[in-house]
Amino acid sequence: MIRSELIQKIADENPHLFRRDVERIVNTVFEEIIDAMARGDRVELRGFGAFSVKKREARMGRNPRTGDSVEVEEKHVPFFKTGKLLRDRLNGLA
Amino acid sequence: MGDKTLTRMDLAEAVFRDVGLSRHESAQLVESVLNHISDALVEGQQVKISSFGTFSVREKSERIGRNPKTGEEVPITPRRVLSFRPSHLMKERVAAGNKRKG
Repeated sequence: MIRSELIQKIADENPHLFRRDVERIVNTVFEEIIDAMARGDRVELRGFGAFSVKKREARMGRNPRTGDSVEVEEKHVPFFKTGKLLRDRLNGLA
Repeated sequence: MGDKTLTRMDLAEAVFRDVGLSRHESAQLVESVLNHISDALVEGQQVKISSFGTFSVREKSERIGRNPKTGEEVPITPRRVLSFRPSHLMKERVAAGNKRKG
């Protein structure tokens, strides 16, 4: 399923809404999650999962082509942990 | 680094602000987004949201684990796990937004 199919499903269920509003709603949800993580906040959606930010410490890396050591700066990366209900549903338990 | 935790309510509030539906309907629509994603994944589909990321289901075969308390070997049954791969855009925005903070 891709973004446009998700929008279509929700538009079909809500015939009283304009499609452009449904697009806006779906986009807002994803946009809000990214904005939160960009601020370093966490988004916890019980039953679905939680989006959070993990810190990767600075480290010495290597240029794979030349073998030279290079300093890799500390950075922050997005992380998703599946919620219990969804994990159970994936395994036919709920 | 921010240390707030957002919930469904905050996402619904954003929809309410941006689109101008009632709070109640905004909350229902947020729920419906999450439900459609979950249902597709449970059916074994991959869910690919451009500029956000990709959720995919992986099949894990049986392996031998250990009870960390007793050291006893126990089989871990085959299972399906969800993995999320963030888009480049998400990675860039998260990296840029958190630079030199905490």
